[in-house]
Amino acid sequence: MLSLFGIALIILSIFTVIPAILAVVMKDLLACVIALAIMSLLLSLYFYLLHAPDVAIAEAGVGACITTALFIIAIRATQRKEVEK
Amino acid sequence: MNDGRMSIIVRTIATMLLPFILVFSFYVIMHGHLTPGGGFQGGAIAASAIVMMIAAYGHERMKKKVSEEGLSMAESIGAAIFALVAFAGVFMATSFMYNFLVGTPVFGKIPPFGGNSGILDSGGVLPILNIAVGMKVIGGLAAVVMIMAMAGDEE
Repeated sequence: MLSLFGIALIILSIFTVIPAILAVVMKDLLACVIALAIMSLLLSLYFYLLHAPDVAIAEAGVGACITTALFIIAIRATQRKEVEK
Repeated sequence: MNDGRMSIIVRTIATMLLPFILVFSFYVIMHGHLTPGGGFQGGAIAASAIVMMIAAYGHERMKKKVSEEGLSMAESIGAAIFALVAFAGVFMATSFMYNFLVGTPVFGKIPPFGGNSGILDSGGVLPILNIAVGMKVIGGLAAVVMIMAMAGDEE
């Protein structure tokens, strides 16, 4: 019998995996970066539920903000669409 | 995109949010020895505030307020404070990173046994090391984003 905490963990892990798969599949790189930011934010919520608030704060600050800004700056300097070989 | 800055709504909201984010990051750094968080986390929050201002105003205007030389200087000063405090344990007491500030008026109060809500004036050298790490992380992360934003529009 699952507890409410276990059900919340399962639902949250499913919602964390969906943006990660989308970031691999999608061709628009800007949309991939936004999906990665959403995944990082949900992952920080997951860390908080697993009693690691230290890691959650670091993940929310670095993963959801600074790497997103770095990826967007890199996309602006290169090209937005992924090309097929 | 007119010369790298966003619309007036984004700029106004970013300017209004900036002091709150900076105060929260300073809270996370100063309570690093009591609550979750510390130097790295608070520094990442403050660097994300600087990244938000770069995104809202463009790095050309932001470079007049925060230069990358200043950020590199903050990073180096943080590393120097960390090393000095760590080596001061060798000379003022017995070993490397010895907590020689316990009992002194600077962060030196010894908390009582049992449950308490946390005393900010405690921890010895730990708050000083947290401030040093915070300065280093603010300088490093903000300088990385600013230099990448400047390198993006050279070609």
